Amino acid sequence: MTLAWGEAAVSVVWAFLIGGTICLIGQVLIDVFRIPPAHVMVLLVVAGAVLAGLGLYEPFIRVAGAGATVPLSNFGYVLTRGVLDALRREGWFGLLTGVFEIAGGALAAAVVFGFIAALVFRPRG
Amino acid sequence: MERGGRFHTKSAELLAQVTWEVAGLPDPEEERKRQAAEFAALAAQYHPHPPLARNLIFAFLVGGSICAIGQLFIALFQSLGMTDVQASARASITLLALGSLLTGLGVYDEIGRVGGAGAAIPITGFANSIVSPAMEYRTEGLVFGFAARLFSIAGPVVTFGILAAMASALIRFLVTG
Repeated sequence: MTLAWGEAAVSVVWAFLIGGTICLIGQVLIDVFRIPPAHVMVLLVVAGAVLAGLGLYEPFIRVAGAGATVPLSNFGYVLTRGVLDALRREGWFGLLTGVFEIAGGALAAAVVFGFIAALVFRPRG
Repeated sequence: MERGGRFHTKSAELLAQVTWEVAGLPDPEEERKRQAAEFAALAAQYHPHPPLARNLIFAFLVGGSICAIGQLFIALFQSLGMTDVQASARASITLLALGSLLTGLGVYDEIGRVGGAGAAIPITGFANSIVSPAMEYRTEGLVFGFAARLFSIAGPVVTFGILAAMASALIRFLVTG
């Protein structure tokens, strides 16, 4: 039990360091290279998709845990993973059907939460 | 302004330059460039310099903290007997819910002001980018306000994510099967 807690503590530290570093890189792109935040978000998702295609994102998750699964790049990874799994399972049609296989849950949740928030909360100002 | 019409543009320009020189006046083109450079130098003085080091440190701390909280949720769900993939998916949904709630309460805007990219890049920022316009445009109606604007910020992310994912997965599939 103590070992499990020790492991959990180490994984939290790794998540903090690696997730923080990704956000730091994003801030550098915004402040130093003057890339608009929306473009940085798109870049990050595309980067996640490319790394997933190269087979590098899974080993990255094994090391970084939530440091890899919480940043937006993970969205690119789950989209790619879904397409790849579907391609392998059902061939060419999987290219279209696979996209939302894993990522769909997060999108559905975001729509539901957005709807609830729009009903419950009023914007400030 | 069209100098010299369709023909002899070059020679007309040259003539204009010589004329200005003879008249002892600065070439208006050169003068315009000089003034533009002067203005740019002056504007740079008054342009607010974002405290770069501070921004970077807070992006790191805020983004890192959100990821650390995500890892805590993963550990919690794992201790309930879920697999790594299940636990990480549940943790992501939990963070989406938290990000939505904090956006609704107006707290996430404050986190974003301090954290910058550290607040925008984690999945809580994705929730914020959907909930925020949903609330803001609610008054313009459920269809053209709420529903039409829901993905106004997240839409590009989803669109390019899908296109990149299809290309990336297809190449991988063709190369390694």
